Amino acid sequence: MTEEIIIAGFGGQGVLSMGKILAYSGIMHDQEVSWMPSYGPEMRGGTANVTVILSDERISSPILTIVDTAIILNQQSMDKFEKSVRPGGILLYDPNGITHHPTRTDINIYQIEGAQVAAEMGNTKIFNMVILGAYMKLKPIVQLEYVIKGLKKSLPERYHKLIPLNEDAINMGMKHIKPFHLVS
Amino acid sequence: MGELKLMKGNEAMAEAAIRAGADAYFGYPITPQSEVIEYLMSEKPYERTGMVVLQAESEVAAINMVYGAAGAGKKVMTSSSSPGVSLKQEGLSYIAGAELPCVYANVVRGGPGLGTIQPSQADYFQSVKGGGHGDYKQIVLAPASVQEMADFVKIGFELAFKYRIAVLILSDGVIGQMMEKVELFDQIPRLTDAEIKEKYPWATTGKAKGTERRIITSLDLDSLKMEKHNHHLQAKYKTISENEVRFELFDCEDAEYVYVAYGSSARIAQKSVQLARKKGIKVGLLRLISLFPFPTKQIQVLCDQGVKGFLAVEMSAGQMVEDVQLAVNGRAKVAHYGRFGGIVHSPEEVENALEKIMIGG
Repeated sequence: MTEEIIIAGFGGQGVLSMGKILAYSGIMHDQEVSWMPSYGPEMRGGTANVTVILSDERISSPILTIVDTAIILNQQSMDKFEKSVRPGGILLYDPNGITHHPTRTDINIYQIEGAQVAAEMGNTKIFNMVILGAYMKLKPIVQLEYVIKGLKKSLPERYHKLIPLNEDAINMGMKHIKPFHLVS
Repeated sequence: MGELKLMKGNEAMAEAAIRAGADAYFGYPITPQSEVIEYLMSEKPYERTGMVVLQAESEVAAINMVYGAAGAGKKVMTSSSSPGVSLKQEGLSYIAGAELPCVYANVVRGGPGLGTIQPSQADYFQSVKGGGHGDYKQIVLAPASVQEMADFVKIGFELAFKYRIAVLILSDGVIGQMMEKVELFDQIPRLTDAEIKEKYPWATTGKAKGTERRIITSLDLDSLKMEKHNHHLQAKYKTISENEVRFELFDCEDAEYVYVAYGSSARIAQKSVQLARKKGIKVGLLRLISLFPFPTKQIQVLCDQGVKGFLAVEMSAGQMVEDVQLAVNGRAKVAHYGRFGGIVHSPEEVENALEKIMIGG
């Protein structure tokens, strides 16, 4: 089993840390993992993306142009990465701020109102965990228990009190995901 | 089993320096390897093992601090990225002349000049052909994973002291910036001054009464002596060429074509092998681990096996391909493919190149 994911959005949305949590969870599952960020001078406000690979085997290229799943969180990333999903793969996106919705018919497309759900929960910072929850519903390759373990490992101790909130956000994401277009 | 962590390549290299029992790191920050000194500063190894971490005033100062500390028999390391490594070349030539052991890393970015901060492999010539002046070589190791970023620091120090030579860990922005699972080796204790004195009879550890003076220098105005010294250096490089070649083969048993690549390009080419094999093309990968010494013999073995063509894949306009050509010596087709100037080729581009340049061309 190999799962290749690209997560793309604005810097500050938690794109890189979401990828990191996925990678940590993969390690907890005893998988091989790679986390390759776009890095550059444009850190805040610009676009940010990360390629995460989880696999039972040794991972070859950490850089990919074709992925199994794209998680897209802004219009620029939609323009850039809609074409990167392999036929039959998954595109998960937050429709908030998206003016040109995806048009491909050969992939499964899902929406998650991540920004809205996080706002309703009263904490916009857990946006990325809502998105992660939606992803986990689609691809149960990482289990909640391991994500929590991964969070414990990646977060400094002083933030551990926030783990239950993160868990709630993941559950809300799982609940609010809805299909936009499915390959028949 | 050692400690398992998720780390960036640069961080793994920094942690490995501490665990390898290094006495000092001298450096100057530059993207994409600034995490090395950032990590060391935040880890405070001077509290863990007594290792010195110092941000020098420039790359030139850092490499000369390495010269000084290495001359005293200390395990010492520096790192930088392309423009910074160019600045270090004078010091590296002196280190080669004075036969000092050290480990340094180049996390390569696109050039020439200040270039770009994105990944590149265009410093191959500088690394293996001697970026500084004079007839010298250094051992060049090319990690292709975060695990190897850590492991090669340890191996690097072993080789550096075994041969009294500079060992370069040549990586790039991909390997430096990516995170992977890494199993860290256990802490190796730093040597005491007494141990250094005993182990390294060449090191300048202070002259005791009745003992010979020990001199660290790269200067000898007597040309005959200098020629002799050069012969000694060349003999050492020959020994290294015979004993320290490192490489890895993937799917080469039945291969008609072989990708030759190192570092991040080797990872990408490995994926291209999978893509091409799905199309029924018999292709394998020769992944270079040591760039000097170069696995010339292994390439000749592949020629003996009947490999029809070698495609050198590197993020440069074609540098390593020249060494492949020398090794193949006309016995098979040799070509180059690579994006450069900070662009990383995709596995699909590398697979297409095999079909267009190597098979179709």
